[in-house]
Amino acid sequence: MSLNEAPMTALTDAQCRSLRALAALMIPADPATSMPAADDDAIFADILASLGRDASQVVAALDALDALAGGRFGDLAPAAQAAAAARLQAAGGPMVLALTRAVAQSYYRDDRVMRAIGLEPRPPFPQGHALEPNDWSLLDPVRARGPIWREA
Amino acid sequence: MVDTVDVLIIGAGAAGGAIAWSLADTRMRIVCLEQGDWMKPSDYPSNGRDWEARQLAEFHYNPNRRARDTDYPINEDDTPIKIANFNGVGGGTILYAGHYPRFHPSDFRVRSLDGVADDWPIDYVTLAPFYAENDRMTGVSGLAGDPAYPPKEPVMPPLPLGRSGTTLATGLNRMGWHWWPSDSAIASTEYEGRAGCINLGHCTGGCAQGAKASSDITYWPAAIRAGVELRTRCRVREITVNAEGMASGVVYYDADGVERFQAAEVVILACNGIGTPRILLNSVSGRFPNGLANSSGQVGRNLMFHPYAQIYGYFDAPQDGHRGPGNCIWSQEFYETDQSRGFVRGYTFEFTRGQGPVQAAITGMMTGRIPWGAGHHAAYRKLFGHRTGMVAICEDLPEEHNTVTLDPVLTDGNGIPAPKVTYRLSENSRRMLDHAVARGTEVLRAAGAHDVGHEAPLAVGGWHLMGTARMGTDPERSVVNEWGRSHDVKNLFVVDGSVFVTSAGVNPTCTIQALALYVADSMKRRLATLFE
Repeated sequence: MSLNEAPMTALTDAQCRSLRALAALMIPADPATSMPAADDDAIFADILASLGRDASQVVAALDALDALAGGRFGDLAPAAQAAAAARLQAAGGPMVLALTRAVAQSYYRDDRVMRAIGLEPRPPFPQGHALEPNDWSLLDPVRARGPIWREA
Repeated sequence: MVDTVDVLIIGAGAAGGAIAWSLADTRMRIVCLEQGDWMKPSDYPSNGRDWEARQLAEFHYNPNRRARDTDYPINEDDTPIKIANFNGVGGGTILYAGHYPRFHPSDFRVRSLDGVADDWPIDYVTLAPFYAENDRMTGVSGLAGDPAYPPKEPVMPPLPLGRSGTTLATGLNRMGWHWWPSDSAIASTEYEGRAGCINLGHCTGGCAQGAKASSDITYWPAAIRAGVELRTRCRVREITVNAEGMASGVVYYDADGVERFQAAEVVILACNGIGTPRILLNSVSGRFPNGLANSSGQVGRNLMFHPYAQIYGYFDAPQDGHRGPGNCIWSQEFYETDQSRGFVRGYTFEFTRGQGPVQAAITGMMTGRIPWGAGHHAAYRKLFGHRTGMVAICEDLPEEHNTVTLDPVLTDGNGIPAPKVTYRLSENSRRMLDHAVARGTEVLRAAGAHDVGHEAPLAVGGWHLMGTARMGTDPERSVVNEWGRSHDVKNLFVVDGSVFVTSAGVNPTCTIQALALYVADSMKRRLATLFE
């Protein structure tokens, strides 16, 4: 078998509901700064479209969440969802990492979110970034100490 | 009729490019087979808004996660340090950070100085002119006068300190420790037709600006202009031998998966410390039943990584975040052996800048610093852009039980056995990592960090793959001689990190490329007697 042949996994409607509910629990809206929640329509559509290599681990995490909740996570009352999510987060591991990656990578590239955290919504290239001027006088004490390499 | 080339190079990475360029002036017919593609700068992640996500996917440095069809899988179940590489023209230099330190004179003499491992059969003085030539071809930014090194002259000014460098340098000065601007394979100004760095952000997804010196934009264009032929999407399965026990060519699969044979007078392996032993061990014949060039039994043994410790801190004042090249400054305060520390040899601190918005969120949530739920946004705002830190790159010593073998089940897309890595962290390395975490924490606190964290060993840190076809004068204890030629097969050479006798406590690419130039020079000086 080749690892390169591992298939991608699509989510069912029920799994989508669960993931959406979990995303909102992980990153809720912040009205004070006009930041949306991670279950915002545009952000959640991006999450679903971008699962990629994490899809199978995300599905496994949702299955684990159902088991922790004792039912389909997306269909539970908010308090029960919060309790199950907290238990999943506490368990940690690759499934939680995959969930975190899936939600964060789409949330923190949304235009509204980037502006809210003080970034321009643009790719790094071609504009690049400016850095502050150098103060190489900081090297003076290092120079004063002299060579430290070992003769061989 | 078989079309025989003079020199066949396997692998178009750091070493393959350097040796192809250097040998081109012989006017021999030189062909390189590379299993990956040419990279397009317009495809690199920093062209898009999803740049951090793509670095976690098709530009991830772990081949099993990246899983391009140009990659081969690696069984890494039995190693705490996972593999990082890239397959394509430029090889690992496509995704490397561009840290470009040389070895030190002491690194070639560890047995004589510290009573461990083996001395190299060559020394710093022998390699120095090739370091200088490689610096010129690559375009190295730095600052002359580093007290941790013999004199050397970088060809461009150093990369910027920025806020992070200034914060860290201040902490280092408070501790009274060595630091210096890092030698970096990143153009700080325009250089040889390449644009200077514009601080795009982390460089490890490939440089859209072309400022980072991956070998596809340094050696390879020059080699091709000089007549070298480079064939991409050609994956070598094995090296064949003739009745005289000489390498006769290679069997490979082309882009369509068709098995082909290329005859050659000389074969050069440049496939890194995992890819090279994989091909040698898969090149079994009646004459070489344990793999080619393996009469010593050393092929695939003595695998060395550089165990990494990552130490980071959060500061009240904003740092550089994702702006600027990751490379900044280094400290070699703890580089040379001091037995009172409880370990032999030493390490380099390489100071980095910060994280992009996505990585900051992932790291923060996975370490519990940024909660799920109501407190998420307040915690994120406090941490994002306020982190900086370092990695400690620890010298790993060769141990025969750390191996690359052929996996009995796992294969790549062409059915070639995948490599299996078996590695145990030594007690010496464990102590070195502990020391680095303690000292790194001290310097971050001295610099003003209010919250410090670490990971050691860094699980994803298997960037440097060394020692699995080591160099030496004794055919019973080494695979190649002091100028890279196989002891067993007189027309077979190895020029990648496999030949390293020891690992030093610095990134290997600069030394890999200098060694490739040195081996090429050794071959050219012996052309009339190359196989004797």
